[in-house]
Amino acid sequence: MTKKLLLGVEAIGQGAIDGGISGVYAYPGTPSTEITEYIQGNEVAIERNIHKEWSANEKTAYESALGMSYAGKRALVCMKHVGLNVAADPFMNSAMTGINGGLIIAVADDPSMHSSQNEQDSRFYGKFAMIPILEPSNQQEAYEMTRNGFELSEQLGTPVLLRITTRLAHSRAGVIPAENASPENKLKLPADPLQFILLPAFARKRYQTLLDKQVKFEYASEISPFNSYIPGNDHSLGIICCGIALNYLQENFPEGCPYPILKIVQYPLSSKMVRMIEQQTDKLLVIEEGYPIVEEQLKGFFNYGKPVSGKLDGTLPRTGELNPDIVANALQLHFQPGEAIPELVANRPPALCKGCGHHDMFRALDEVTADYGDGHVFSDIGCYTLGVLPPYHSGNTCVDMGSSVTMAKGAADAGLFPAVAVIGDSTFTHSGITGLLDAVYEKSNIVIMIGDNESTSMTGGQNSSALGRIESICIGAGVSPQHIHVIEALPKNHGDLVDLIRQEIQYKGVSVIIPRRECIQKSARRVSESKRQKGGECSLLKL
Amino acid sequence: MKCDIVLAGVGGQGILSIATVLGFAALENNLYLKQAETHGMSQRGGAVQSYLRLSDRPIHSDLIPYGKADLILSVEPMESLRYLPFLAPHGYVVTNLTPFRNIVNYPEFELITEQIRSLSHAVAIDADAIAKEIGSLKVSNMVMLGAATPFIDLAFGSIEQGIREIFGRKGDDMVILNLRALHAGREFSMANK
Repeated sequence: MTKKLLLGVEAIGQGAIDGGISGVYAYPGTPSTEITEYIQGNEVAIERNIHKEWSANEKTAYESALGMSYAGKRALVCMKHVGLNVAADPFMNSAMTGINGGLIIAVADDPSMHSSQNEQDSRFYGKFAMIPILEPSNQQEAYEMTRNGFELSEQLGTPVLLRITTRLAHSRAGVIPAENASPENKLKLPADPLQFILLPAFARKRYQTLLDKQVKFEYASEISPFNSYIPGNDHSLGIICCGIALNYLQENFPEGCPYPILKIVQYPLSSKMVRMIEQQTDKLLVIEEGYPIVEEQLKGFFNYGKPVSGKLDGTLPRTGELNPDIVANALQLHFQPGEAIPELVANRPPALCKGCGHHDMFRALDEVTADYGDGHVFSDIGCYTLGVLPPYHSGNTCVDMGSSVTMAKGAADAGLFPAVAVIGDSTFTHSGITGLLDAVYEKSNIVIMIGDNESTSMTGGQNSSALGRIESICIGAGVSPQHIHVIEALPKNHGDLVDLIRQEIQYKGVSVIIPRRECIQKSARRVSESKRQKGGECSLLKL
Repeated sequence: MKCDIVLAGVGGQGILSIATVLGFAALENNLYLKQAETHGMSQRGGAVQSYLRLSDRPIHSDLIPYGKADLILSVEPMESLRYLPFLAPHGYVVTNLTPFRNIVNYPEFELITEQIRSLSHAVAIDADAIAKEIGSLKVSNMVMLGAATPFIDLAFGSIEQGIREIFGRKGDDMVILNLRALHAGREFSMANK
């Protein structure tokens, strides 16, 4: 068995292949993207020809994965935390239906909001749906828990939520994989023909089944080889560590932690394990990344029993990701930072790439909207969100995928004029089309700028499922073809683009302007890849 | 053996190629490794860092604690200063001197070099100039890695081997070019540390 250097996300991809999946379904989103990309590039996955194309959004991805499970095969569905909001409907209801083939939902949370608009904790979703949650503490566990997770899913007849956070997702370590990938399941329909029919009469039974399963789920946590009690000599404190929190604790005690530790990487929380550490120690500290979900469970409403500290009493900060220093601070351990950052060091926020076509879109849009004052541009999620930063300051909202179109519509309904939505081609594909239908139906007075760089660029240049079909989709959705304009996003077309925006703002109805030019990163990668294939000189590894 | 390295730069500068070479060298020496990277939004010209930890004992945290880094290896001068709180008292800063100016309030270059010179253990190197001399600006990162090798407790031969592994698929010319860059950086450091 050879050790491989894998990112946490790649370890999950390898675990899923070795766990015998017949398909991965996903929409790209940091920090989850590379799970799918790893599978797309994997030899076994290619040889087996398992499903590995990108989906239009997390909801379509989830439902497809559930369909694969219905057909008896194992499926993985991947997304970032906010993606689970999009897929929440099938997610909650798949807890009701249960599964046929094993189903794992890999969700990557982003505490500290490195690349996200919030830091919601997906464990709440797991608890909400009442299904088991896996939260591996390191790359090797990410691999093993994924590989074994499909069996767990099938044994318990439930989808399983695999929750990771940014640090594990994007940190590399040696992983020892199994020798062989498990075979795929055979096509097999569910034994109970009513299992997946959530008509009220059947759904009530399914809900009771889900409730009845809770004891089994908790027992599975209790006997999980991954959850463990690590004894310590000093019983003045017991520490409950969830997921990667254990690493930060152990980093502070290279010779071993003096306090007993309860390591939690599988939920629902085993009350037997919690009671054990509670009985043996004077007070408890809960270290978890994300929201204080375990801490709240232990404290309860009236805060009876032994003292429990963590994020709720300020022992640990409520926001942001954990690190070794935060944990040291919580334990009142001494640590000595190096020199302070010199004052002259300036912030360096991300920015649009030099030569990106979005520059041309924002330059023109700024020129036109200047006539109307601030507050007219509804932006969305993608590279072009960076247009809200200097020098453009173009965009007054950025909330969730697709919200540019619908928020512009709502503001126009309220009487705001002009109302301009700025959305990328992939975000439009993901969640813009349904909003467009509403706007067309009501003849809303909005201008939609679809910055089409033929790419999902912020996550690395994936194709969207509407690639090359944006204007035909707009026509199909009912936008008048006279008010759909495609223009190449180039400095030389600046005047024309300005005129087009001015003209369409005056049209009382839905207009779509599509400034189009391929993402420069994507074209650079294509050129370097074709050079490499021809055996010519090419650029260094740039990630 | 334990070596904690903060790799610093700007999104798009390719600091991960340095990490990849060191990763191969670490595996070859049967060392434990953890390497946390920056993906996503900051890759668009923002400040990026990678925490690279090597040890002969199991490594717990993916992040380096404050005051524990043995080395800050930066491919951009201002970025070398951003991670000083991570540097141990004995730690070295090895930094490229070519500024990457993609913000309007980039500080005066003289002030940055003054700060770098005031550090007790620092090597500042014009890696871009050396890379150009060797034949390609693209090998600047391997000049930087070379400059850092005197402060990394790994056999130099296994780092050379890492370059052969990583750049091998791009042809012998690329391997030779990158090895020359590595050597040039190392020589500079040995003469100026």
